[in-house]
Amino acid sequence: MVQHAHNALDASFAALSDPTRRGVLERLARADASITDLADTFHMTLTGMKKHVGILEQVGLVATEKVGRVRTCRLGFIGLEAEAAWIERYRQTWVDRFDALDALVDEMKMKEKMDGSGR
Amino acid sequence: MDQDDSAAARTQNMTKVERTSDREMRVTRSFDAPPHVIFEAWTKPDLFMRWWAPKSMGMPIRSCEMDVRTGGSYRLEFGKDASDSFAFFGKYIEVVPNARLVWTNEEGEGGEGAVTTVTFEEKDGGTFLTFHELYPSKEALDESLVGMDSFMPEQFDQLDALLADLGAAT
Repeated sequence: MVQHAHNALDASFAALSDPTRRGVLERLARADASITDLADTFHMTLTGMKKHVGILEQVGLVATEKVGRVRTCRLGFIGLEAEAAWIERYRQTWVDRFDALDALVDEMKMKEKMDGSGR
Repeated sequence: MDQDDSAAARTQNMTKVERTSDREMRVTRSFDAPPHVIFEAWTKPDLFMRWWAPKSMGMPIRSCEMDVRTGGSYRLEFGKDASDSFAFFGKYIEVVPNARLVWTNEEGEGGEGAVTTVTFEEKDGGTFLTFHELYPSKEALDESLVGMDSFMPEQFDQLDALLADLGAAT
């Protein structure tokens, strides 16, 4: 899971190495936008913007959805990575719980042994 | 068993967590003690309170009541003081001593909550424990994983940090 997260992060950084793509993300952080809107905002051809959005979409930074004839873009940022992070946090709680339980169980076993031998 | 052996055995006791479906989480772990010991640690309030809220949770247990029998109820209160405490409660819907516990989680708003099943299986003198949660919907599980209202701000904080880093680097 950690390795996967690193790879995904590398790809995300590569996608973010372009100033236009960073601008697109900042724009989408404020509100969803169509590819046409984005092309206008960044004074770009529709084809050029489609390419940038495609790269961002590939790494999950942007999600697009076609409604009628318009493709709307929104932040897709860490949709999946966030879930991995939440699960990792959930797992950490259990690891800590079970460490504490191990210590208690050792104590209980010791007590059981002493009670047993004392009889 | 001497100390080294038990330490070596313990490294085998990995905690495994899986989201087995949209609505289910499963946690498994082996313990170096027979099921009756582990079961006791899950069903006696004074013992349960000693491990259920590790320091990393940042929220100590204030009180714990358990009536461990089918149809019995439980109530767990967390918090540093009375003003910021909150409770988890529900009913045991199945209790098989040293083998199986099933309880409801009724603290959520809107009635239906998750159902938790814990099984204790004897394995090589130890216990193989499975903790399973079934949520009423995918959304309920997502929400429980994310925690309270933290999703959007966190998402944008991370994006801000990433963009700031990149800005500084170029």
